[in-house]
Parts: sequence; C-alpha cells; structure tokens
Amino acid sequence: MDLLGSALAVSAILFSMGVAGVLLRRNAIIMFMCIELMLNAVNLSFVALAQQLGPEGHVFVLFVMAVAAAEAAVGLAIIIAIYRHKETVNLDKVNLLSG
Amino acid sequence: MLVFNFWLFAGLAMISALLCITRRSPVVSALWLIVTMFSIAALFIILGGQFIGAIQVLVYAGAIMVLFLFVIMLLNLGRGEPTDIPGWWGKAITLGIGIVLIVELWAVTRIVPAGEIRLPAGTMEQVMDQQGAVGAISNTLFRDYLVPFEIASVLLLAAVVGAVVLAKRRL
Repeated sequence: MDLLGSALAVSAILFSMGVAGVLLRRNAIIMFMCIELMLNAVNLSFVALAQQLGPEGHVFVLFVMAVAAAEAAVGLAIIIAIYRHKETVNLDKVNLLSG
Repeated sequence: MLVFNFWLFAGLAMISALLCITRRSPVVSALWLIVTMFSIAALFIILGGQFIGAIQVLVYAGAIMVLFLFVIMLLNLGRGEPTDIPGWWGKAITLGIGIVLIVELWAVTRIVPAGEIRLPAGTMEQVMDQQGAVGAISNTLFRDYLVPFEIASVLLLAAVVGAVVLAKRRL
C-alpha cells in the first residue's frame, strides 16, 4: 500500500516534534506530554509497518502502551513529589545535584 | 478517499502537535495533545489497525490524558505562569535539531529495503478476514508473546505500587 512511506514520514515528523518539545520546554508536565507524543509517533510507524510485516506490529503497540501507562503513572508521581518539595515544576529550578 | 482522509488526519495531528509544544499553559497543551491522539487513532484505523485505534482512544486519550489533567488540576498549574519557553536563540537551536532529526529519520526510512522479511501482498488482509481484527492480534499475543504479556502485568503492578509510594506523603 502506498500509504506506508507517507505514514513513516508523518511518524518521523511527530517524533521530531516530541524531541523539539522536550528540548524547548522546561515545564516538567509538558516535557512528559512530549514523551507521550514520541511514543505515539513510534506506535504509528509500528502500525504502518504491520500491514506488510504481520500482526506482531500491533502486539508491540499494545506493549508500548502498557509501558507508557506505567511510565506516566510513575513520572507524574515523581512530579508531585518534586512539587511538594520545591513548589515548582520548572526543571531549571530543580538543581539539587548540580551543586 | 483513503489517501485524502489520511492526509486530513495527518495534518490535524501535526498541527495540533505543534500547538501542543508551543502553548504556554499546561492545560491548553494537554487539550491539543488529546486532539493529536485522536488524530493518530484515526490514522491507525486508516492503516488497518482498527482494534489498536480503539485502544488508543481508550487508553491514551481516555486514561493517560485524564491522569495528566488530574495532576495539572492537583498542582494548580492552570493559570498563566511566567513562560518556560526560552528566547529566540533557544528556539532556533530547537528548530535546527528538530529539522536535522526529521531529515535523519526520513533518510532511515528511505534506505531500509525490508524486502526479504516482507509478507506477500494481501497476507495481512487475508489474516484479518479469517480471524478478525482482534483475533489476529490475540492469537499472536497469547500464543507467541504470552510470557512478555505476563511480564507487562508485573510491570504495571510495580508501577502502581511505585506511584503510590512516591506520591504519598507518608505511608
């Protein structure tokens, strides 16, 4: 199907937007949302390639979603713990280990 | 028609992703990310993953983004803080790195032929017709990938326990 190349290109653009968001923003929650955006872009290329390589692509998307859910739960708990200590989610102000 | 729909939702996904990383308020960013995830769910369905599209709406747009909005509400971050976006120098560097990354990824998709491992044309549609959209996934998941599936459940249990331990003030 000729949508494969287009889907991979869209996936590359979305992934790069996620990376750019992580580099651009200092707000911890928005950086987390950009990580979810990157995972979604990877899922898109998995589903696009599954049409030619078999249903394993769909299975891996399910695993990626499980890992993303676990990561979101733990990461947001860490953000809440940081906010409780620092009263901010700006990661430039969380510099306990930088001396 | 399929191609038109693909580019419609692909354009929607890219525009809302761009708005997601450039809006100042976390709530607005989260809402644009939900639009992105719905568009990606539509792309999944167009690309033949109907079940994955439904799961995308349920898990990502439904559960994970509600978790994000809940934390934003809990930390009271909705109103405008001083911006966390750097000046034009930081924006230029970010734009440059992003463009380099797009070109790199695009080049990777060009040079990988994958001709030897590709299934014969129409195999996936045949499997979908015989076993159904869910059956094709579940037969693979519960036969070949049963052990990773069980390990994923242990991972989720560990994440639940870890989230409670981290976020609770004292046990």
